[in-house]
Amino acid sequence: MTAPREPRARAVWPLVRVLLSTQYAYMLEYRAEIALWALSGVLPLIMLGVWSGSGAGEAAGFTPAMLTRYFLAAFVVRQFTVVWVIHVFEEDNLQGRLSPYLLQPLHPFWRYLAAHVAEQVTRVPFVAALLALLFLLQPSLLWWPQRADVFWGVLATVAAFILRFLLQGVIAMACFWSERALALERLLLIPYLFLSGLVAPLETFPPGVRAFALATPFPYTVAFPARVLMGAEVNLGAGFLGLALWSGLFLILFLVLWRAGIRRYSAMGA
Amino acid sequence: MIIEAELLSKTYRVADKQPGMAGTLRHFVRRRHRDVPAVSGVSFAIAPGEMVGFLGPNGAGKTTTLKMLTGLIHPTAGTVRVVGHDPKRRQAAFLHQITLVMGQKQQLIWDLPPLDSFRVNAAVYGLTPPEARRRISELADMLELGEELTRPVRKLSLGQRMKAELLAALLHRPAVLFLDEPTLGLDVNAQARVRDFLADYNRRTGATVLLTSHYMGDITALCERVLLIHQGRLFYDGRLEGLSERLAPYRLVRLELTVPQPAAAFTGHGEVESLQGNQVCLRVPAAQLTGSVAQLLERFAVVDLEVSDPPIEQIIGGLFERGRVDDSPA
Repeated sequence: MTAPREPRARAVWPLVRVLLSTQYAYMLEYRAEIALWALSGVLPLIMLGVWSGSGAGEAAGFTPAMLTRYFLAAFVVRQFTVVWVIHVFEEDNLQGRLSPYLLQPLHPFWRYLAAHVAEQVTRVPFVAALLALLFLLQPSLLWWPQRADVFWGVLATVAAFILRFLLQGVIAMACFWSERALALERLLLIPYLFLSGLVAPLETFPPGVRAFALATPFPYTVAFPARVLMGAEVNLGAGFLGLALWSGLFLILFLVLWRAGIRRYSAMGA
Repeated sequence: MIIEAELLSKTYRVADKQPGMAGTLRHFVRRRHRDVPAVSGVSFAIAPGEMVGFLGPNGAGKTTTLKMLTGLIHPTAGTVRVVGHDPKRRQAAFLHQITLVMGQKQQLIWDLPPLDSFRVNAAVYGLTPPEARRRISELADMLELGEELTRPVRKLSLGQRMKAELLAALLHRPAVLFLDEPTLGLDVNAQARVRDFLADYNRRTGATVLLTSHYMGDITALCERVLLIHQGRLFYDGRLEGLSERLAPYRLVRLELTVPQPAAAFTGHGEVESLQGNQVCLRVPAAQLTGSVAQLLERFAVVDLEVSDPPIEQIIGGLFERGRVDDSPA
């Protein structure tokens, strides 16, 4: 018992399966709350109402049908790229729940990632119900995207989720230095709303603002996957390259900050 | 040695703010900090299979030391080796061999049955499903857990939850157990069951246990050796019995007399601890024990006489109440 033992090689797939199934069971306990979250993500649909008939879309080269598809696609993308890791990480850090995670041979962020994926799976029927209700009330909005657009759109949405998860993960590292890191995330909400294309297609922005937006990671989190999903003309290679570069940058930042932060960790509340 | 700490120290930097508006403004403009030593130059070594009690009042540095031994926090100075590893590196090989159970914290998923948390832990530590089932069954038997395992954690009593926490923490069969107040808040029966389990687990697996507890019953039932820490400094490391010799150099002499006597009658024989009818208990300095007992037997008509060490709870409780230690560190 006391002789040093080598840990058994851990099979990754069983771990992934157990993490996902357990987190899914956990999320089902909160299904009512998740339904409300899904309902609260209707901003793109509201923006669709605001933009429809305003004429601003046509001025930017968007036909009414394109505008509708863009905001419907943005709604779906937004639903499946919701990230809340900073909330749970800050709470775990302050309440001392991070300590038991740190004593296990698994990076705590894998648990958080599994929780996000499980939450998205739980969200699927609610999003489907919301879309069904929308099409029932307004049948003219119904549109079926091409199979290839769905494939690349789903891929782009998953990549956008990973980018958002890593970006928020980087901000979450501030928890090691501050007890109120969440304030930083709130600071990023406004640029995210405007520069991601959630409230308006980037094409409607003045050229200077649009160029600025494209130099940030935000358009890759909504505008790019939404345009892919709606079947608009998009440079897929450039879009995925942008997603990969920003994700890579945030991953490196995350790992550097994690290493520095864990040295400062004081295991408060534990 | 499976645990070695050498001049281990931890200093926290804390903000220093004066009360009132002026203090608040000063604190806002020019924040001042001061260094607070939580642990200062603590050294000890623990052999494989030992069960060691870690005693000290609140804020003595027990939990900080445990956090350094598990690698949760980095020491300010000194070195520490646990199962041959530097804990702060948190290597997988190290994490597979230790566990930390905190009585006031939980790792079980609150809204799901404990079995779900066990499944996650088993997968994290790379146990195959049959192996995990076998270990869960074995530990559940030892802990007398049955249908509680399929009930949501939030529906379990504190005692049941603690037993499930222990099961989750021991599923990977760690070689070293760090237990921080594992019986905190439990009733007497639940405390006894947890103690019995820990003793049984130590016997069966040979695991090393470092245990902190406010309940002396835990320490006296489980640990032959204790580390006593106070104000961040270790001032006793040795057998539990030796602690009373060092901190309480007196004995309790209980007499049953044929005729009741007033307290004044015992002047010069020792300090009267209690007096009830013909029963008296005297606190006699160890150096004068033989002489005092001989004089008492000569002077009074004694039916029965018993000499004993003062209870360990009394020694340590008194020490902590005094809030300071007159003795030099170990």
